[in-house]
Amino acid sequence: MHDDHGHGHHHGEHDHGRHAASSPEVRVEALEDLLVERGLADRERIDATIQRFEHDIGPMIGARLVAEAWADAGLRRRLLTDADAVVADMDIRGAEIEHIEVKANEPGVHNVVVCTLCSCYPWALLGLPPNWYKSPEYRARVVREPRVVLAEMGLDLEADTELRVWDSSSETRFLVLPERPAGTEGWSVERLAELVTRDSMIGVARVTDPGGR
Amino acid sequence: MSIDLLEGTPAAPPRDNGELVFSEPWQARAFGLAADLVEGDHFTWDEFREHLIEAIAAAGTPVDDGEAPEPWDYYRCWLTALECAVGDRGLLGGEAVADRAATYASRPAGHDH
Repeated sequence: MHDDHGHGHHHGEHDHGRHAASSPEVRVEALEDLLVERGLADRERIDATIQRFEHDIGPMIGARLVAEAWADAGLRRRLLTDADAVVADMDIRGAEIEHIEVKANEPGVHNVVVCTLCSCYPWALLGLPPNWYKSPEYRARVVREPRVVLAEMGLDLEADTELRVWDSSSETRFLVLPERPAGTEGWSVERLAELVTRDSMIGVARVTDPGGR
Repeated sequence: MSIDLLEGTPAAPPRDNGELVFSEPWQARAFGLAADLVEGDHFTWDEFREHLIEAIAAAGTPVDDGEAPEPWDYYRCWLTALECAVGDRGLLGGEAVADRAATYASRPAGHDH
């Protein structure tokens, strides 16, 4: 962070006075200051949360989980039947507020995740969702014409592959367990995890094999 | 938004996000503020989500009031949801927020404190 102020507040980052009262910059600042003044919010905790989501929480956490499941059939079974327990065992922070279900891709079956109403997403495993995931286009179209949307995103599925679209909610967040690529036999979990992309865990991409196919 | 100095070096976490989490500082503040109010039990994520769904649905509905529609913006919806959640729980009065916003908006340009 390039913030010279210890509390990470936006002083100095803005030309104050150039935003209208209705601008989001001013509305957020007014809300935050009033809530902090009344002891309802805490500036340092807000800073810490932002810091965590910008730097410490992200798809690498989900990637590690996927790699472990690839390497350990027992863990894979548990992940598919009781992901919450696995996540709790791995001491993944923030997961306690989310019920997570993991859906495995396999030959002939492909899973893809959406939140049609807003932007529910497995934060603890993937961080905050990418912009396209939140867009009205993706939310509406991936349900209506998933094959077309996936093809546009660069994922062509076989015509006979069954496509399952999972609509997230406040109750359930989904993670896709991609197929392990060929040519990775005997790889360490660390090395496997490097192959796993965010998009593959949302279901809009495959994990490409190390041969590049 | 600031760019982390570690980005692109081996010390950077392999996030593979391809984009910054927040594109403007106010988005990060709005996110962090909502998370903090949930953490402080002032409202729940479920309540917040209901407001967010409403805000997103409203943003997708064209309004015929003569004003040019704002382009779709997720964090503007997030901010609207936050204001609704705060108002719903009576944490702040709408007038207090509007007064404070008006005060901040009238600061001379470049004024910091």
